[in-house]
Amino acid sequence: MIALLIRDLRLAVRAGGGFGLGLAFFLLVAVIVPLGVGPEPATLAKIAPGILWVGGLLACLLSLDRIFALDFEDGSLDLLATSPLPMEGAVAIKAVAHWLVTGLPLVMAAPVLGVLLNLPLPGYPWLVVSLALGTPALSIIGAFGAALTVGLKRGGLLMSLLVLPLYMPTLIFGAEVVKRGAAGMAVATPLALLAAITAGALALLPFAAAAAIRVNLR
Amino acid sequence: MSLLVAHNLAVARAGVPVLEGVSFTLTAGRALVLRGPNGIGKTTLLRSVAGLQPPLQGQVKAAPDAIAYAAHADGVKPTLTVAENLAFWAQVFGTDAVETAIDRMNLRALTERRAANLSAGQKRRLGLARLLVTGRPVWVMDEPTVSLDVASVALFGDVVRDHLAAGGSALIATHIDLGIEADVLDLTPFKALPAAMGGIASAFDEAFT
Repeated sequence: MIALLIRDLRLAVRAGGGFGLGLAFFLLVAVIVPLGVGPEPATLAKIAPGILWVGGLLACLLSLDRIFALDFEDGSLDLLATSPLPMEGAVAIKAVAHWLVTGLPLVMAAPVLGVLLNLPLPGYPWLVVSLALGTPALSIIGAFGAALTVGLKRGGLLMSLLVLPLYMPTLIFGAEVVKRGAAGMAVATPLALLAAITAGALALLPFAAAAAIRVNLR
Repeated sequence: MSLLVAHNLAVARAGVPVLEGVSFTLTAGRALVLRGPNGIGKTTLLRSVAGLQPPLQGQVKAAPDAIAYAAHADGVKPTLTVAENLAFWAQVFGTDAVETAIDRMNLRALTERRAANLSAGQKRRLGLARLLVTGRPVWVMDEPTVSLDVASVALFGDVVRDHLAAGGSALIATHIDLGIEADVLDLTPFKALPAAMGGIASAFDEAFT
C-alpha cells in the first residue's frame, strides 16, 4: 500500500506527472476573477467564498482522469489487479495520492488567494477548514468517476458529467461554511454536513470504485 | 503436484464466446505452451486464468496468490528508473528479489536509466524481470518474447527453465520456441461454435433474455 502511495507521489512530481496543474488553475481563477468582475471590495468579498470553492472544485476535476487512465494504458492496472493488493485498497491509496498532489496544495494556497478576492478576515480559518474537510471527498468521488470511465478513450467529458453532480453537496456546504464564517455566523451545521459527506464517501466509494474497475478490466 | 487446474473453460471476448471446453493442468516443473492462430482467444484465456475476467463456463482452480500475470503491456512506468520500477513490484508482492531479477534479465547496466529511455526490447526485459520479483509459482505469460532479440530469448528461456526446475510452472502463449521442454496445447479445436450450431449462448444474449 505504502509502496503504491510512494510510487504515485513520485510519478506526480516527476516530469509530466501533473503536479501543480490543479494549483496553477486555482491560482489563475483567483487572479482572473477580480479582473473580470471589477475591483469593488464589497462585490469581491461577497463572491469570494463561492469563487474559491468553485475554483478548487474545478482544479480537482482537471486532474481526475489521470488517476487510473495512465495505469490502464500501460497495463499496470491489470498487473495491480492480479497483485496481492486488494483493489479497494489500491483505489483508496490512489485517491489519497491525488489528494496529496491536488487537494492539499489547494488547502494551503487558498488563504493567499483569499487575499486577492478580499475575503473578510473571519472567513480565513473557515476557508482552510472547509477545504481541508471537503477536498478529500472531491478526490475519492473523483476516483470513483475515473474508475467508471477507465478504459474509455477520451472519457474525460463523460467523467466530468458523472462526477460534477456528485460534487454539488460538497460545493454547497463547503462554500456555505466559508460564507457564514466570513459573516461571523455559526458554521456548525454546514460543517457537520460537509464532514458527513466526506466520511460517507471515504467509507463507501472505494468499494464501488474497485467493483467498477474489475468490470472495466474484463 | 498440480499447481493449477483449468476445467472445461469457456471464455468470451467482448461478450462473444471464443473458446470452449478447454481443460488443462499445470504441474510443478512443467510448462504449457498455448498455440493457435491470431484471434483464437489466447489472450482472453490467459486473462481468465489470471482472474481478470470470469469464464463463461468452467473453473480455474489454483491456490490463492499463486499466479503472476505478464500481459502484452509491461506495466512499466516511463518516468521511474529500472530499479524503481522493479522495487515497486517487489514491495507490492512482498519480496526482495530485485537484485537477482536485475542480474538474471541482464539489466545491471540500465538500473539507473529511466524506463522512458529504454528500447522496446530492454523494456520487455524489464517487464519480464517483474515476474522474478513476484515470487509466485505460476507464471502466466502472453507473448513474452515480443521485441526480444535472439540472445534475450535465450536468456529468458534460461530464466523460465530455472523457474521450472525450482518447482514453478508456466503457461505461455507464444509462437517462438523458447528452448524449454514444454507441453503444447493447440487451441484450434476448442474454437467456440456459434450458438445456432450448438455452442453456448453468448453473455451478450443473456442480458436480453
